[in-house]
Amino acid sequence: MKARVHVMLKKGVLDPQGEAVRHALGAMGFEGVEGVRQGKVIDLDLAEGTTEAQVVEMCEKLLANTVIESYEIELG
Amino acid sequence: MRAAVVVFPGSNCDRDLAVAFQREGFAVDMVWHKETALPDGVDIVGVPGGFSYGDYLRCGAIAAQSPICQAVLAHTGRGGYALGVCNGFQVLTETGILPGALLRNAGLKYICKTVGLRVETTDSAFTGGYAKGQEIAIPIAHHDGNYFADEATLETLRGDDRIAFTYTDNPNGSVGDIAGILSDNRRVLGMMPHPERAADPGHGGTDGAAFFRALGGLLAPA
Repeated sequence: MKARVHVMLKKGVLDPQGEAVRHALGAMGFEGVEGVRQGKVIDLDLAEGTTEAQVVEMCEKLLANTVIESYEIELG
Repeated sequence: MRAAVVVFPGSNCDRDLAVAFQREGFAVDMVWHKETALPDGVDIVGVPGGFSYGDYLRCGAIAAQSPICQAVLAHTGRGGYALGVCNGFQVLTETGILPGALLRNAGLKYICKTVGLRVETTDSAFTGGYAKGQEIAIPIAHHDGNYFADEATLETLRGDDRIAFTYTDNPNGSVGDIAGILSDNRRVLGMMPHPERAADPGHGGTDGAAFFRALGGLLAPA
């Protein structure tokens, strides 16, 4: 089985890399880009029978730093 | 007095930190990240700067899960002293020993220069050798030194006088100009600037020497 974890900086945490991308898009002539937030996608190949609770534990303990990041899990 | 300096793959300030401790009379053990215990009788653990595990995932995240960090957690849990500098500060926040997190510098650039720090509290074994409000010059060298903590955590840090150092001219976007903080029992300090790089006349500045001298003086009778 597979799981995809999306990790994003929480709302309210400044994302200077996203801001730089937004500026670059504006400089390239793309108008109306009002915000950019940059995150990570982590794909996990998991043994059959791995539970969502285990993936949550992976996120809480390592994949995301919940002080600054939120995460979403897609099980495939 | 005995100090242990943790060495991760990618640490690069471990020997500088060891020398700074040795100058003040500490016996220093270098402890590899795969060790599961600290040497007996360690008074203080130093978590050095560098790029542990290549900064993969997040700075300090993989190091925080290493075997030696479990021993460091046990040491600080018993009330033991610890110092995290630069990547070491990042590791200590990732373990949860210190609150908050270090984000990418607001200007996105790696910054390597000497900056001004203001000593915000002298009430710790680390900062007792300075005067409150004293300005000192200490080098920084980091890409991810932008300290972040939520408002409630900042209130606690301020209310409990746990902000050790602030930047006189914020180089990286840190909230509240914070450069270094203390744990709730004041025995763990994490800071992005490098006092061990300003501890010897050969470094071009010695404003960090008082930091290690105070530690040596306080821990000597222990």
